[in-house]
Amino acid sequence: MEWETVIGLEVHVQLATKSKIFSGSSTAFGAEPNTQANAVDLAMPGTLPVPNEQALRYAIMFGLAIDAEINQRSIFDRKNYFYPDSPKGYQTTQMDEPIVGPGIVEVQMPNGDSKSIRIHHAHLEEDAGKSLHEDFHGSTGIDLNRAGTPLIEIVSEPDMRTSEEAVEFAKKLHAIVTSLGISDGHMSQGSMRFDVNVSVRPKGQGEYGTRTETKNLNSFKFMEEAIALEVERQIDVLEDGGSIYQETRLYNGETKVARSMRSKEEANDYRYFPCPDLLPIIIDSPYIEAIRSSLPELPDTRRSRFVDKYRLSSYDASILSSDKSTAEYFETVFNVCKDAKLAANWVMGELTAKLNSESLSIHECPISADNLGKLIERIIDHTISGKIAKQVFESIWNGEGNADVVIEAKGLKQVSDSSELESMVEDVMSKNPDQVANYHNADDVKRKKMIGFFVGQIMKVSKGQANPGMVNKILMQKLKD
Amino acid sequence: MHNKTLAELSKGLASGDFSSSELTKHYIGRIKQLDPTFNSFISVTEEQALAQATAADSRIASGNTTPLTGIPIAHKDIFCTAGVKTSCGSKMLDNFIPPYDATVVEKFNQSGVVSLGKTNMDEFAMGSSNESSFYGVVKNPWSLNCVPGGSSGGSAAAVAAQLAPASTGTDTGGSIRQPAALCGITGLKPTYGRVSRYGMIAFASSLDQAGPMTRTAEDAAMMLNIMAGVDEKDSTSMDQPTPDYTEQLNDDLTGLRIGIPKEYFGEGLTPAIEQAVQSAIKEYQSLGAIVKEISLPNTALAVPCYYIIAPSEASANLSRFDGVRYGYRCEDPEDLLDLYTRTREEGFGDEVKRRILIGTYALSAGFYDAYYKKAQQIRRLIKNDFAAAFEDVDVIMGPTVPNTAFEIGEKSNDPVSMYLEDIYTIPTNLAGLPGMSIPAGIIEGKPAGLQLIGNYFDEGRLLNVAHKFQQATDWHLQTPASQIKRVER
Repeated sequence: MEWETVIGLEVHVQLATKSKIFSGSSTAFGAEPNTQANAVDLAMPGTLPVPNEQALRYAIMFGLAIDAEINQRSIFDRKNYFYPDSPKGYQTTQMDEPIVGPGIVEVQMPNGDSKSIRIHHAHLEEDAGKSLHEDFHGSTGIDLNRAGTPLIEIVSEPDMRTSEEAVEFAKKLHAIVTSLGISDGHMSQGSMRFDVNVSVRPKGQGEYGTRTETKNLNSFKFMEEAIALEVERQIDVLEDGGSIYQETRLYNGETKVARSMRSKEEANDYRYFPCPDLLPIIIDSPYIEAIRSSLPELPDTRRSRFVDKYRLSSYDASILSSDKSTAEYFETVFNVCKDAKLAANWVMGELTAKLNSESLSIHECPISADNLGKLIERIIDHTISGKIAKQVFESIWNGEGNADVVIEAKGLKQVSDSSELESMVEDVMSKNPDQVANYHNADDVKRKKMIGFFVGQIMKVSKGQANPGMVNKILMQKLKD
Repeated sequence: MHNKTLAELSKGLASGDFSSSELTKHYIGRIKQLDPTFNSFISVTEEQALAQATAADSRIASGNTTPLTGIPIAHKDIFCTAGVKTSCGSKMLDNFIPPYDATVVEKFNQSGVVSLGKTNMDEFAMGSSNESSFYGVVKNPWSLNCVPGGSSGGSAAAVAAQLAPASTGTDTGGSIRQPAALCGITGLKPTYGRVSRYGMIAFASSLDQAGPMTRTAEDAAMMLNIMAGVDEKDSTSMDQPTPDYTEQLNDDLTGLRIGIPKEYFGEGLTPAIEQAVQSAIKEYQSLGAIVKEISLPNTALAVPCYYIIAPSEASANLSRFDGVRYGYRCEDPEDLLDLYTRTREEGFGDEVKRRILIGTYALSAGFYDAYYKKAQQIRRLIKNDFAAAFEDVDVIMGPTVPNTAFEIGEKSNDPVSMYLEDIYTIPTNLAGLPGMSIPAGIIEGKPAGLQLIGNYFDEGRLLNVAHKFQQATDWHLQTPASQIKRVER
């Protein structure tokens, strides 16, 4: 039987506010445990939450970016459960009246197709602290630095049919929130976390199958793996005549193994009710419009602009535009070298490969966009060839200076002096009299192929620095004689 | 000295008749002598009080004063006090010393007011008799075998027994007004949002409100002048003007429209209390007020509505008492679940557990719509009743409580009859309106309270209406003097 996969995502995005959603504590990552937790974060008796307006503005920015309805009245609810990293014994979140209503996210697939994923809603909530199970001799340590960090939870409709679509959707959300500047998007620090709802059904069936939820995946790769594994498991179970049970699952990215965490029967009754410590949030249209008018350029707008302005393919444009920093890097390179195609090829090719191989982000790139632009400029003005440029690129990466410094220091400048090149050509011809004779006896078609031999020899002699265009010209001249 | 009102003490301090230190020592002495009988204090902070008094005396000497600088008062043990145990009447917080002051406490401290200590209360403010306190029952100074009311029973008893000239209290369903009525003092629950709740340990967040408990309306105005105002730490506090509440105390009452809700005079009201309220109303007529009967048709729904909403909120508010970060923790927990269950089983008393169970049940999947949601709808109806009434009247009047102080133990095994103590006070909390109780009679040696209910943020008028009554009558000047004398001996 042929099976169809149905995927929906719940995405938690940490908002890049300086302070927490209901207290003045810092949200900075990596501080000593419990140094960023005040009386409110510790849920000391009598303390009260005060909402952070910046978190609200960020949530509204996201809603506007996905063309969603912004609810002018929204409510914070209490989600009740006991856990040591949830100091109040409830999480303050939004349930029935979230800040962001239904919206749409357009996703570009590598094959050029695009797909619309519907967003059910997005709501504001607070993050929990962390339980630390090591180093406490059998006890558990609690770090409340993260408790109260503002999150938006983005809930999609079950609109994805493959893990690739889910990953592209997740990447698009990452592109949107980082372009808006509402999240730092640092996946390794947990700034974006995914819960995936997966079900399968016989192709052509209208009803959805029973779904499972795999929680807390913190990379695109783990998400893709977890979906693939779960789809495989569900199909195996069904083909063996079994049934899928609604459950919450956990996937371990290290061991590549998933396991059931709890069944539907064991699910908590969270007893949601409106938080009486927080009044309903009422916002008016001018407030929303003021935010709309100050929105930065969004990935989709940037992508169209890149296609129009730089004549890039839609997919290349979406890669270069998805991340605000990459887009800015690319545009700076272009502004220096003025050749969009070369700039795009270098950023997506050599630069991305090098960044990936060293696991660096574009922020950590040792070559400034300005320097990469200058390097490309030297290709365009024939100071160096494209091949030598790769060597220069390595040197710039290793901190040996900018393109001009490296070219000068290593003597990589292309030889364009015609008398120097002429003597090189003559030297090669005199050392290879047989090939010269063969050339003269060959027809035009063969001659074109044989030219390559002489060029190769000259490049060898010049250590790749001979200007290939001029070498060709001189060779043709000399071989005619 | 302890016979004086805040207003009189303020004058005495200003004119140098006595110092804050003398005054403070006097009250500390009385507490030491008499409170072993009344049990109205959980903590007496003698050392801190004397230090504050010394500081206040230098402020007075340098002329840097507020009307209450140097006057000692008591705080209900629900308000967090930096460095001083704040128990909320519970074993759960018997070891809890907050590192911060409640906003109310901070404001009194900044005004140079001296704190004598922390008063006894029903555990987590859940009760109408003070019998649910971990620290034992408080005795009503008018009749030692009777309860003082609750939950601010310690505050009411301390003021009635003149162990403090005034106290702070909190009122979720009547916890200022009912004990004020039962102890013959003046108590004001301000409009919800008038006084900051920051640092006041939450019982039911949408109902809790702090207010003054004093001997006179004038004193309540002086206290409210310090307490009222918006607080950036409490986003439910309201940014409304804060007038000088003492300024309109003497406004003439001619033409004042008083509404008498017929639903407040039905079955269950002790006839003698009804008579006391009727005589008070006659007094107001003689002061020029116009009296008309009104109807608050949903009054009978208030108690059941309250006993869904308040426990629901409480069930979440009290989740933080889990033995993890502060407060009581059971010994040698086997695992996390054991830590939670035994900590809460051993740390909470029966009434608190009862309300957590009610609230948890009411919020559960499948019951939410029938209970919590329905109660919120009823709450809206009750609010609408008052809004309609205030279109025709300026103040609403009736009894504070259906009866006078009852005997210790009399209702402790009958929670529903205890809950009905607050039948006339609860609607005000549900609507968020200000309410006041003032002494209006003595029945068989025990005080009876008259309740005044005002429109939103109309505390100034309530205090004016109460003050004029107190200018014309002397119920508020009655004290349980003979009882206190007996204790003194």
